[in-house]
Amino acid sequence: MSIAEFSPWPALAGGALIGLAAALTWWGLGRIAGVSNILGQLLVFQRGHWGWRLAFVAGLLGTGAVAKALLGDALPFQLEGGAGRMILAGLLVGVGTQLGSGCTSGHGVCGIARLSPRSLVATLCFMASGMAAVLALSRMV
Amino acid sequence: MARILFAFGAGVVFAIGLLVAQMTNPAKVTGFLDITGRWDPTLAFVMGGALVVFGASWYLSRRPSARPVLEAAFQPPNAQVIDWRLVAGSLVFGVGWGLGGFCPGPALVSAGFGDARVWIFVGSMLAGMVGFNVATGRKG
Repeated sequence: MSIAEFSPWPALAGGALIGLAAALTWWGLGRIAGVSNILGQLLVFQRGHWGWRLAFVAGLLGTGAVAKALLGDALPFQLEGGAGRMILAGLLVGVGTQLGSGCTSGHGVCGIARLSPRSLVATLCFMASGMAAVLALSRMV
Repeated sequence: MARILFAFGAGVVFAIGLLVAQMTNPAKVTGFLDITGRWDPTLAFVMGGALVVFGASWYLSRRPSARPVLEAAFQPPNAQVIDWRLVAGSLVFGVGWGLGGFCPGPALVSAGFGDARVWIFVGSMLAGMVGFNVATGRKG
């Protein structure tokens, strides 16, 4: 297992870019850049405000593919767990974000920045249960 | 068309931010959540940077004269109540986040890296979202 190293400067710069993307979405489209809500609204399969959501998702996917093509194995990526864990984790993230109306971007960044009490509660909940899940995994594996 | 291009650009900037911050590396995410092991505080700095920039832009948009460029009005989330759905949903999401090391944004970016397990995660996440929409009769 490789140990992830603490990296504050890229973290701050990357965070600022994420904030900039959220600001662009807000000031351009008047919308919150919450990835789970963008996906959830896409997956009701109804016409309407479809285009911008699909374009946003394409921007995320496409940039990942371009980064891999440019950087190759220099791109840091360490994933533990096999297909079974990915299926369970994905289902929990899919259902949980829709029931809870948001994820790390919508609640954790945009909601807390708007001083939304709902988003603060949501963020404390998913951080606490995420820490509990990692702790439980470390005891089992 | 302007809205589509704009949203695509915002998605690209969002993804570059996640890549620079290494949030697309699941080990960085689980390292942050691993408070009893080798805790890696990186994610807190990512959130801090994002909060300052988006917080400032949101604050400026509160002026009565402020309008988004491509829409008639800002559309902030209107839910106010802290209910069981918010709490239970967020708890469930967190467990999946800790198990996989992915939340939705980074998962979509990492899906472009080519590891089949990320596609399995994303497929399962989308299935969970569709299942939720169908089960609750959501119409958008």
